[in-house]
This record gives sequence, C-alpha cells and structure tokens, in this order.
Amino acid sequence: MGVRQWIEGWPVYRQWTEKDPSGRGAAAKSRRSDSLRPRTDQADRVVKSICPYCAVGCGQNVYVSGEQVTQIEGDPDSPVSRGRLCPKGAASLQLTTGSAREHQVLYRRPYGTEWEPLDLDTAMDMIAERTIASRERGWQWEVDGARTRRTLGFASLGGATLDNEENYLIKKLFTALGAVQIENQARV
Amino acid sequence: MTTARTPVDPAGDSGYADHPPRMGFFTDTTVCIGCKACEVACKEWNAVPEDGLDLTGMSYDNTVGLGADTWRHVAFIEQRKPIGRQDPGLHHDQDVLTMAEHGTATQPPEAGMTPTTPGAGDDFRWLMASDVCKHCTHAACLDVCPTGSLFRTEFGTVVVQEDICNGCGYCIPACPYGVIDQRKDDGRAWKCTLCYDRLGDGLEPACAKACPTDSIQFGPLDELRERAGRRVEQLHEAGVPEARLYGADPDDGVGGDGAFFLLLDEPEVYGFPPDPVVTTRDLPAMWRHVASAAATLAAGAVAAFLGARKGR
Amino acid sequence: MGTSFGRGGATTFQQDLANSDCIVIQGSNMAECHPVGFQWVMEAKARGAKVIHVDPRFTRTSALADIHVPLRAGSDIAFLGGIINYVLEHEKYFREYMLAYTNAATIVNERFAGADELDGVFSGLDRERRSYDVSTWQYEGAEVQAASGKRDQLWAERTRHGVRQSGRGEAHGSGGAEIGTEPRTDETLEHPRCVFQILKRHFARYTPERVEEICGVPREKFLQVCELLTENSGRERTSAFAYAVGWTQHTVGVQYIRTAGILQALLGNIGRPGGGILALRGHASIQGSTDIPTLFNLLPGYIPMPHAHTNEDLATFVEAESAQKGYWGNMKSYLVSLLKAWWGPAATPDNEFRFDYLPRLTGSHSTYETVLEQLDGTCNGYFLMGENPAVGSANAKMQRLGMAALDWLVVRDFSLIESATWWQDGPEIETGELRTEDIATEVFFLPAAAHTEKDGSFTNTQRLLQWHHQAVEPEGDARSDLWFIYHLGRRIREKLAAAARDGTRKEADAERDRPVLDLTWDYPTKGRHAEPEAEAVLAEINGWNADAEPLSTYEQLKDDGSTACGCWIYCGVYAEGVNQAARRKPGTEQNWVASEWAWAWPLNRRILYNRASADPDGKPWSERKAYVWWDAEQEKWTGHDIPDFKATKAPDFEPEEGAKGPDALRGTDAFIMQADGKAWLYVPAGLTDGPLPTHYEPHESPFANLLYGQQRNPVRQLLRHENNRFQPSDGQPGADVFPYVLTTYRLTEHHTAGGMSRWQPYLAELQPELFCEISPELATERGLEHLGWATIVTARTAIEARVLVTDRVSPLRVQGRTLHQVGVPYHWGPNGLSTGDAVNELASMALDPNTHIQEVKALTCDIRPGRRPRGPERVELVERYQREAGITDETGTEV
Repeated sequence: MGVRQWIEGWPVYRQWTEKDPSGRGAAAKSRRSDSLRPRTDQADRVVKSICPYCAVGCGQNVYVSGEQVTQIEGDPDSPVSRGRLCPKGAASLQLTTGSAREHQVLYRRPYGTEWEPLDLDTAMDMIAERTIASRERGWQWEVDGARTRRTLGFASLGGATLDNEENYLIKKLFTALGAVQIENQARV
Repeated sequence: MTTARTPVDPAGDSGYADHPPRMGFFTDTTVCIGCKACEVACKEWNAVPEDGLDLTGMSYDNTVGLGADTWRHVAFIEQRKPIGRQDPGLHHDQDVLTMAEHGTATQPPEAGMTPTTPGAGDDFRWLMASDVCKHCTHAACLDVCPTGSLFRTEFGTVVVQEDICNGCGYCIPACPYGVIDQRKDDGRAWKCTLCYDRLGDGLEPACAKACPTDSIQFGPLDELRERAGRRVEQLHEAGVPEARLYGADPDDGVGGDGAFFLLLDEPEVYGFPPDPVVTTRDLPAMWRHVASAAATLAAGAVAAFLGARKGR
Repeated sequence: MGTSFGRGGATTFQQDLANSDCIVIQGSNMAECHPVGFQWVMEAKARGAKVIHVDPRFTRTSALADIHVPLRAGSDIAFLGGIINYVLEHEKYFREYMLAYTNAATIVNERFAGADELDGVFSGLDRERRSYDVSTWQYEGAEVQAASGKRDQLWAERTRHGVRQSGRGEAHGSGGAEIGTEPRTDETLEHPRCVFQILKRHFARYTPERVEEICGVPREKFLQVCELLTENSGRERTSAFAYAVGWTQHTVGVQYIRTAGILQALLGNIGRPGGGILALRGHASIQGSTDIPTLFNLLPGYIPMPHAHTNEDLATFVEAESAQKGYWGNMKSYLVSLLKAWWGPAATPDNEFRFDYLPRLTGSHSTYETVLEQLDGTCNGYFLMGENPAVGSANAKMQRLGMAALDWLVVRDFSLIESATWWQDGPEIETGELRTEDIATEVFFLPAAAHTEKDGSFTNTQRLLQWHHQAVEPEGDARSDLWFIYHLGRRIREKLAAAARDGTRKEADAERDRPVLDLTWDYPTKGRHAEPEAEAVLAEINGWNADAEPLSTYEQLKDDGSTACGCWIYCGVYAEGVNQAARRKPGTEQNWVASEWAWAWPLNRRILYNRASADPDGKPWSERKAYVWWDAEQEKWTGHDIPDFKATKAPDFEPEEGAKGPDALRGTDAFIMQADGKAWLYVPAGLTDGPLPTHYEPHESPFANLLYGQQRNPVRQLLRHENNRFQPSDGQPGADVFPYVLTTYRLTEHHTAGGMSRWQPYLAELQPELFCEISPELATERGLEHLGWATIVTARTAIEARVLVTDRVSPLRVQGRTLHQVGVPYHWGPNGLSTGDAVNELASMALDPNTHIQEVKALTCDIRPGRRPRGPERVELVERYQREAGITDETGTEV
C-alpha cells in the first residue's frame, strides 16, 4: 500500500473529505467492507433442487463455485415454499458439506472390535457374493404346497428418504432376486 | 403511533449523500412459529460457529440470547393466559429472568394451588419472538468504538468490520440491549450485520428469506413502520388489545430501532429492556465542546487506527 | 384414505389450504414438523379462517391456532366419531353432495352386523384366527359375488388362509376392488340397512358426554369444534383436515383416517377448494416410496403383490384383484405393462408376461416380521438404505438383536448412525446382553451421496414429483443409492451369468436365476463414477409404446404387451420425452394451482376427485368455491385444475348395459377409482378391521373402553417375543404399574431418527439432548424436578431423559380420574453431537393390521426421578417391573 493510499484510507482524512462528520459512516468503511459481495454472486452455477428432509418439498437453489457447494437457499419460484426454509432445510449446506459426513467405506469383520477401511470395489464385490449366497440359503420354491419362488434370505429397509428412481430399481432388482422383505419408513 | 416528528437520516448523516432508503427488520411475533429457521439461516450464511450444546430448560430456547455466536435468537415464553385475547398483563412483580430459568411453567409446588383446568386448554399461550440487533438510530456501540470497526452503512444499519475490530470490547457494555458480544477464541466483537454483503447485491438478509411465516419482514424502514402500524390496528380490531410495537418510535431512547417488533406483552416478558436509552446520549454534546480541539481528536484517531492495524 | 376415496394420497395440496374457511389439524403438529407448509395455514388464518388444533400437547401449532383442544392420546376416533354423530343428529351434512357422491344410499347385505349390535366387533370375526370374514360386510345382493363365481371362492380362500394378513389394506391404495355390478340403493336414505342408517346407528353412542369421558375434552369445547367445523362446511364454505403420524401410528391407525374421511365426505369437503384431507408425510419421498413401493405387499402403483395360495396365474389374479367398474377395471393393462418394463422381450403373452417371475407372499413380511426371521436365522442378510431402525423402529432393541443374528449387514448413510455401530457401543453392549467379540455379523458401511450430488425425483406430501438436479459429484466413496443398486445388480447378474456359462449351476438354479438374468438392466451411465442416468429410469417408470415413444397417460396402457410402464400412476411424468417433474415455471406466474410447476400424480391433477367441486349437473356448488365445472358449449370439463374425470364425459352420462372399467362410470361418479364411483362412508371391502371406524382403546391403556365391551382392536397385529412383552390394560391386575400415557413426537429442530440432524452442529445446538415433557402436577406426584433426570419404564426397557416441567402438557380428566401424559420426542440415540436414549425402545411391536404400522403414539409407562441404572441393572429394573405387573407371554394378547 502506497503512502498516498494509506493517507486516503485514513479515517480522519476521509471523515473530512467524504463529508462524514460523524466519522462512523462512509469514512469508516474499510476496504473489505467496500468490496464485500455475497458469495452467491460468485457462483459458477445455480442448480435447482428440492429439500431432502420432510415431505413439504421446498424448492432449493444450490450455489456451486469451483465444483463446491457454497450455499443452499430457498427457491423463491417454488409455489409450494415461496423461497422459505425451516431450520433443517436451512441447515442443508451443513448436512451436505459438513464434517459429519463419511467418505470412506468401512468394514467390520465377524467378531471384529474395530472398523477397517475397505475399498469400494471390493466391498461391492463382497456384497454381491453375500447377496447371492443369502438368496440361495433362504430360497423357497414353495410353501405349504403353493409355489412361492422367493427368498427370505435377505431383506431391505429404506426408501422414504430416497429418490423415486432409486426405489424403483431397489424394488425391481430385489423382486427379481425373489426377495419379499422389502420395506421402508412408511411403516416406521 | 410512530409518526416521525424528528426526521432522522442516519445514513445521510454519516456521509452517504446519495444513499438507498434505510433498511430494517419488522418482526411480527404474532405469527412466529418458533421454528428457528432464522437462527440456522443466519449461521449458514455468515458461518457463525455453533454456540454450545446445553439444554437450558427455558422452554424450547437453548441458545439463551444474542451473543457473538448467535445473531438471531428465538425466545419462548409460556404463559397461563388465553391464546387469542387477554388483558395487557403486567409482570413487574415477577423476576422474569428467574421465571425464564425455570421454564416459565407453573412450579410443581404451586401446581396444587393453581391447577390447570383439565382439558380446557384455553388459559395458556406460548409466545415466540425472534430477536436480533436493533440497528439503533443512535447506536452507542458505534459511538464508543475507537477503531472505526463499527460503522454506519449506506442502508442505515450498524455493522462491525471484522478486518478492523481489535477486540477492545468497549462496544459491549455500551449496547443498551446487550446484543454485541466478544467471541471467546478471537476476542473480536460480533453481531448481526443485517447481511450487509447481501444487501449490497439486492438480496434480503438470510433470516428474513428463510422465515416460513414471514414473521421476519425486511424492507425500507418507513414502509415497515407503516405496515406494522396497520397490523397493530388490525389486531386491536380483532380483539387483541395487548398488541403493541417495540422499537418503532423515533422518539424513544435510542431514536427508534432499525429492527423493531410487534409484541403481545410487556417487553420484559420477551427479555427486552422496557425503556432502552443510548448509553452515549450525552456524548454528542461533549464532542461539540471539544470540536475546537481537532488536533487532539485527530491524534486520538490516529492512535486508535494504528492500534487496530497492529491488532490484526 | 385409499379405502375411503380411492387413492392413497393427500386429496389436496398445501397451497390450497389458504382457501379453507376452517382447518382442523389433528394427529399432526404441522407448525413444528412441516413449518414451511404451515405458511398456508397462516395464510388462511390471515384471510379469516379458523384454525383448530387437537393434540394431547400444546405445541407450536397450538400456539398459532385459534383453539387448542387437548385430548387423551389414542382417543381420536371417539372425538371424531362424536363430531360425526353431531353432524348426523343435527342434520349438518351436505345432503345433495352426500347423495350424489357418497355411498350413503347404498344398501348393505343382511349378513352384516355392526359394532353397535355386537358390543364392539363386526360380523365375521373369527376369534381363533384373529381375523374377519370380510364378505359379511359386502353391499346388498349375492349378485355382487355371483357375477364372478370364482371370486367368491377366492374371497373365502383369502380369509381362511390369512392372505388378509398380507396387508391388503394398502393395495390399490386402496379403492375396493371387489364390487361387481350396481349395488342396490335407497335415495330416501330410510332403508334400515342403507349406509346412512347404519352410520347413524353406529355413531349414536358417540355423544358429547362420552367424548368428554373418553377424550378428556370438556363438552363445551367439543361442541365449539363441532359448530366451527359445520358452520364452515357446505355450499359456500369448505374446511380442511391435516393429519400426520399422530393418526397412523396406532393399532387402529387406518380407521383414524377413515373417521376423518367419513366426516369430510358427509360435510361435502372432498374434491373442493379449501377442503380435503392433507396427509403430512415426514420424509422427502415417503409418498413416493409407497407409490413406487419399497413395501413388501405392493407393486408399483398400488397393484397388490400376488399371494401364494391364490391368484396363481395372471388371469385369476387379475380377476380377483381388479374391479368391474372404475379405473381399477384396467388393472391388467397396468400389471402387464409393469411386467414388460421389468422383463422386456422375455415377457410375452405365451408366458403370461412372466407373471410367474414375481415372488409370492404368505402372510405379512413387514419389517417387524423380518426381525423375527433374523432372530430365527431365516433372514441372514440385510440392507439399510437411509434408515436407522436401531433408533427409529418400535422396540429398537429387537432390531439390534435381529441385526446381531445376521451374517451380514449393509448400511448406507451419511454418518455412522446407531444402526451401523450397535455392535461396538449399542445399549446391549453396555448391559452385557451382547459382547462385541461374540457378534458374528459382518458390517459394511457405505457412505451415501447427498441430494445435491445426484439427479432424481422426490414425491412430496401432495403427490407432487419434483426433480432435483445434481450440483456436484460426490466425494470419496460416497455414491447415490441409484449407483449402488444398479452396480450391485450388474455384478450379481454377471456372477450368475458366469456361473450359468460354467455349467456349475443345476437346472433348478438356472430357473431360479432367470428372473434376474432376464431383467431389463441396461441403463446408460455418466460421469467418472458411472452413475446411472436417473432420467432414463424415470422414462421407464413413465413407460413407452411399441415404437418406444413415451406415453402421456395411463389411458394408453394395453394388456397385450405392446406398452411398458414401470408405475402406471406415474405415467405422464415423462410425456413427450420431457421430464415434467423438472418443470419450474415460477409460482408467481401462475394461478395458485401452479400446474406448470413439477408434476403431480395422477396426470398432474392437484385436487383429487375434483369432479365433486361441481354439483351433479356440473355447475360449481357456489361461485366462491368454483374449481372444476362442465362447459356445455365446449362439451368438456374445465376449470382451474385438470379435471380428475374423463374430460368429455357429460354430467348426465349413463353407461351402457354391461359396460366395464372406466366406461361403466356415470357422469356423476366423481370417485373414479372406486368400484362404485362413490366416496365410501362405509367400506364394504379393502380393510381388515371393520367397515366403520370404532373407538378401541390403545393396545396398552389405563382405561376401559367406555363404548363397547371390546377393549381393543380385535385383529390388531401382535408380535410375540420374550423381548416384546405387553403391559396389562385397565381392569387387569398390574395395570396400575404403568399408570401414565406416553406419546412420542418430533421437533422442528430434528429429523426423524436423527441421522440427518443430530450430526449437524446448527441443529444439535437448538435441541441438544433428549427430554421428556410433563405437567407440574405429575412432577409433584412423582417428585420430578425441572431439568432433573427421569427414568421412563415400560415392559420393554427403561430410558432416561431430562425433565421439562411445562404447562403445555396438562392433566386431563378422563372417566372421572386425573390422567397424566408423558411426552417424549424420539429423535435421539447415543451417536452424533446431540445425544440421548432412543425413545422407541419403549414401544412394543403392536401394529395396525392394515398397514403394519406400530403403535407409538399411545402406550402406557411409569416415570420416576433419577437416571436409569447402568449395566445389567437396567435389565433387572425392567424385569422387576414385569414381575410387579405380573406380565407373562399372554399379557395383552387377548383378542
């Protein structure tokens, strides 16, 4: 910072030159305050979304800068929510970008006392193997003489927080595998 | 009513020749549902740290009050009064702070003496109100700030500049509402900025934007005062005589607030001071007396300015 | 809802609440649990509407209501039944509406006997099997069954073999599919067996005096509600109801909603602006997860899952499950199109479109039965996707014990929720009931992607499908559930196909694997994670014709295999190849119906049954409440919304003799999914526990049923297990050991079982730990101190909570006694930032027989000062209580 700039930034100087006799207004405004812009202003894009908490279905605008979500706010265009959010919806940024989220597959071996990291590919393969095995173990061609063509070997719980497309594939795959114990929070 | 007999233009008086209208909050507590979206939206936008995980027992209020890490605060008041209408209640005989600590419910030993009418449920109400910095017309925090960290914006609001504040703490006892506060880990003073960064871009503050029932309304203060006046009249007509405005009167002890409230009871019940006065009321007169000693003043300012720079 | 009106979804949309003249919120704490939706209640209030909140506690909803009516948890049917009685007795019903659009005039067969005659049960009860022969509830005339001889046999078959227990209540969502020809009616409403007269007799005993004694609601207050509701219903005015899990989570939950359904139909509030029943769902896509069900008893679009004993081939299944009249008459088209979507070219007319690929049910396979199967070793693998049963399910301990018996468990979530860590630090580790080193379960924790990291649609509480676009790629190993299930399926198919090529599989194995290998499973993928295209899945859900062109309505579906459609009620969401759920025309540029914002099922209709917003001649009932009407010049239905009716069917249309399906609907049959086109005041088919709602005491209650000798729902579903003991009710020895009523609920600041809120600092600080809410009177009675600790005990477990003494929970005067209620929010568990015991540990697995939903909204408990014991002493305390109350494996299991 040059001397001239330094003097110009000097509050008392500005107090007189900027006609701010109080010295607590325009004259006191810092360089940072002067250049302050909302971070949403710098977003590379605004992505339209829907709040993931309850079923009101509030519209959300997701602001992305440098492939990072920097802000989530209510979408004023939504006729349902008119841009408003509750505390949970307002905490969506913390939910999605906060430190509480895990990003590593963890594995607990039988009788193990601690978690171990596991790579995703291996985990997927192991889960596929186990699904096939449990399916076979619990297979019932018939029950009391009536054909059932099913397995009770594995079950699934979850869905009310998922997308329709996800539920659709869950139901489709597991039904084709013969599973019937497919449930979600609608009961809970 | 709040007819401005002494037109005050805080931004104009602070060197903003051509400035936008004074902006503020009108918080209509009669439609507040106590959801605390304002608290969270404020924190998300301003990256305010979490403020402790304590169950206070003060009804559903676990953030207790405004502070360095809570810039919006929702108060909850449980009262044995009818939901809709009632006579204005005066509670000067009660210590509201003690009451709040006990959750304001009837104390168990008294339960036998004043039993609730089983199933009636019409002699009870639950008041909720979202508090915030008042952005006073005459702001003592601003008056006492030696570094120029606190400043009056072109919107007439009062903002702490985090790049200037040196943590001297003078502003804290100056605030008649106990709003501004020092953050423990960095020592600097923090409070609501009325989302100064957002205002500059034509956005409304985060809390007002989130508020599900529009209890928090943001806009030009003149318009808000007019709207608030109409709302009070409407409530009076609807048989709610206790509805009243708080902080809307330009002739009160702080020259009126930039953030004012519609309440259903005495201000103390909500934790507001009944008659706030700018703690630096006599300061302007003093300053006029020393106006001739400009050199001294300038020297003082230089010292403070340098101090601020070192403090960073 | 489905049984009363035809579809299992909210009849209206949130914004339309603003048009209500009176809103009754009951079984819901809307301001706290749906705060942003509550703005529409506030909007109505600002326009002069009366807001009534009926709830055991004074909540943030009550604070904004005009009237709060505290009532005893578990007594809502008595309260609403009282209003129905008031409406009938004082002739406050909307007679013309009722005659035109409900089954009030329909005559019921003479085998039927009501709860008023049989002291609280209906005809057909088999006490041994704990089930009803529901055929005795049918409409008049054997011809209903005679039209299809086989169906009669199936019906008997069904009830004998317990297919009933497979939860037919939800199928069709659930418009009764069983009525064939036109039932007999009496438009004068005087026939003693017409629905109207049956209704009158049934509800006659629900007097204001009884309401007061049962619910603890003073007569004056009750009558005030009756007056407000009836004054604000009729031609010129409409009232709305909003409910949530405060109604569903009971052993007689469906009937709670039925009671409101009857009331709203009598008052003429269904299908009209400002009217309706708004079901408020708790999760972003809970409506979607029943529409496209991750539920055992349903296929997409409320088509029932086939059952083993009956429905063995496609033709029989369709004949048994579809209707003669109304849109369920086309069920075969919906089902065949689904089979085509799943099995594509492998599904042909010759092989019945692979109907035999569908696994068959043998009774209930709900999440609670699954736990028992885990414990007995039948079920040894478990996927948990975005669900935390170790906290959220009733008797959560059973859930953990079930998981401890598994071979493997997959948990997909954001954070290490209790359902992922129970083996390390669960309550049973602390009590010594389980030892980490002894638990064989292999646990996989897979981090899930957030909504901002994937494309997809949620179906909100008003049946609105809204698309959320991916904003960023998920980090690390986090993936969407779409990715997980798609790639899991891909790997399983590869492994099975490889085994088939090896020749290592036996013939039976090959037959078993065919449904998997024939499955259409070739979705395009994108990005560095090979994420399946969600829109391609949506396109399949929507369906296409033989030329692979997207369909625009389910009316286009065929039963010959020329169309494919993954969920018939969602058909149209991808009309013209456009993702209609992603439409975002601003609300401010449309009328309040906002038809161009996203897409609602069915066919973008926002108020269901809106034909009823016009009179039988097609004219609006009043100018003030005009919504959809018949335009005689253009010869079509028009209005503010899309008509929920065939657009060109005139009001005076009479079907031809022998017409079937939709063609059999008259111009006045506004309830187009119903087998008779009417709203059902009386439900002749589709429910397992009675054609009319009857007040039963909760499974565990400190009071006797004042209205009938029958204490509880005789067919409530009970799961017996040594860790799921039930408590004695009033009149049984030991009932006084659990003298208080406990109810569970949610807070604004947290979300369900806490997985998405207890880890968030900004939410955790707002409600930092578990508490219970009690009245000052109860605090005195039990020596409990504000902010002190309390231990709450049931026959299942003991938990501890901080005490909030508050006037918001006031004692009630019930049956001449003072009743104290204990309120506990259920969000907590030991993990995360904001912690506490899991409240649902206290509840038992006692379920609604239609929906298999647990009763957590009303049970009994004891409460005592101080923290709960640690270690084995916690179990000992519960055992001591069990002994004191004389609890055995028989307790509470009486019919």
